[in-house]
Amino acid sequence: MVDPVVFELLHTEMVAELWAHDSDLDPGPGGQKTSLLVLEGMGFRVGQALGERLPREMLAFREELDVLKFLCKDLWGAVFQKQMDSLRTNHQGTYVLQDSSFPLLVRMGSGLQYLEEAPKFLAFTCGLLRGTLSTLGIKSLVTASVAALPACKFQVVIQRS
Amino acid sequence: MSRQANRGTESKKMSSELFTLTYGALVTQLCKDYENDEDVNKQLDKMGYNIGVRLIEDFLARSNVGKCHDFRETADVIAKVAFKMYLGITPSITNWSPAGDEFSLIMENNPLVDFVELPDSHSSLIYSNLLCGVLRGALEMVQMAVEAKFVQDALKGDGVTEIRMRFIRRIEDNLPVGEE
Repeated sequence: MVDPVVFELLHTEMVAELWAHDSDLDPGPGGQKTSLLVLEGMGFRVGQALGERLPREMLAFREELDVLKFLCKDLWGAVFQKQMDSLRTNHQGTYVLQDSSFPLLVRMGSGLQYLEEAPKFLAFTCGLLRGTLSTLGIKSLVTASVAALPACKFQVVIQRS
Repeated sequence: MSRQANRGTESKKMSSELFTLTYGALVTQLCKDYENDEDVNKQLDKMGYNIGVRLIEDFLARSNVGKCHDFRETADVIAKVAFKMYLGITPSITNWSPAGDEFSLIMENNPLVDFVELPDSHSSLIYSNLLCGVLRGALEMVQMAVEAKFVQDALKGDGVTEIRMRFIRRIEDNLPVGEE
């Protein structure tokens, strides 16, 4: 079994490498946007693949809220060794998942100092959530926001066609 | 098996798969970003180095391993403690050079390459090259300059995966050996 710290360090290095590469190609906000999209896209594909590998028994969800609870409990538990701290919903397809100590932000310190850097460290995970949801049959838009490190919120908005 | 036990195993499996899948996504992205396999190999090595430099701190904090007195002890620690702790595998140590400054790590299975097939267009890609960088970076932080390279790769049809480790020299006074 691969130790979780290995993923954390890989993720940090991935963010640094993609950021540097895309900034070299396009030093302005365009390059930054590309990096965020690339990271989100990678997370999406990983989330999809992870979702595909889950055993069927684990996925007997009765309703949408159960899927979100699964993400908060089981997915978060497997990926970050902890559960999401809170899950709120307006019961109309918008969910807010709150993590008071998001492991990928913890390394960056706490408070307001590295707020600007935070989005880079959330993009992959947003994609991961979106990808897993996609495999579970749910189309969504996932964004994240940080008020003060290392706490963050993920907002999942279900897209109904 | 109780549902709880199932969940625990499932969780560990997901955690390992997350790493393997993420690594795969990274290599795929690097292949898009860089024109040739050689450049990708270099990037993987460099990224591995940066990871190794941090991983060693985690290792020293968690493993309670004392200072190694020679390269043989180092080899044992790498294979039996570090690889086990981080990748859940124990490579075997073979092919010591007469001078005791080179050995091979033989991996029967490599967690990085689960579900991976190398397309023909990337025959020069050293898919797991990150590992070589990690070894190099980690050992540099404990005052050892080493070279690590893949000499056999199951992904390319070899029977096993083999990393050759070579001791270059002891580093004095914390001066860095290579560029980052």
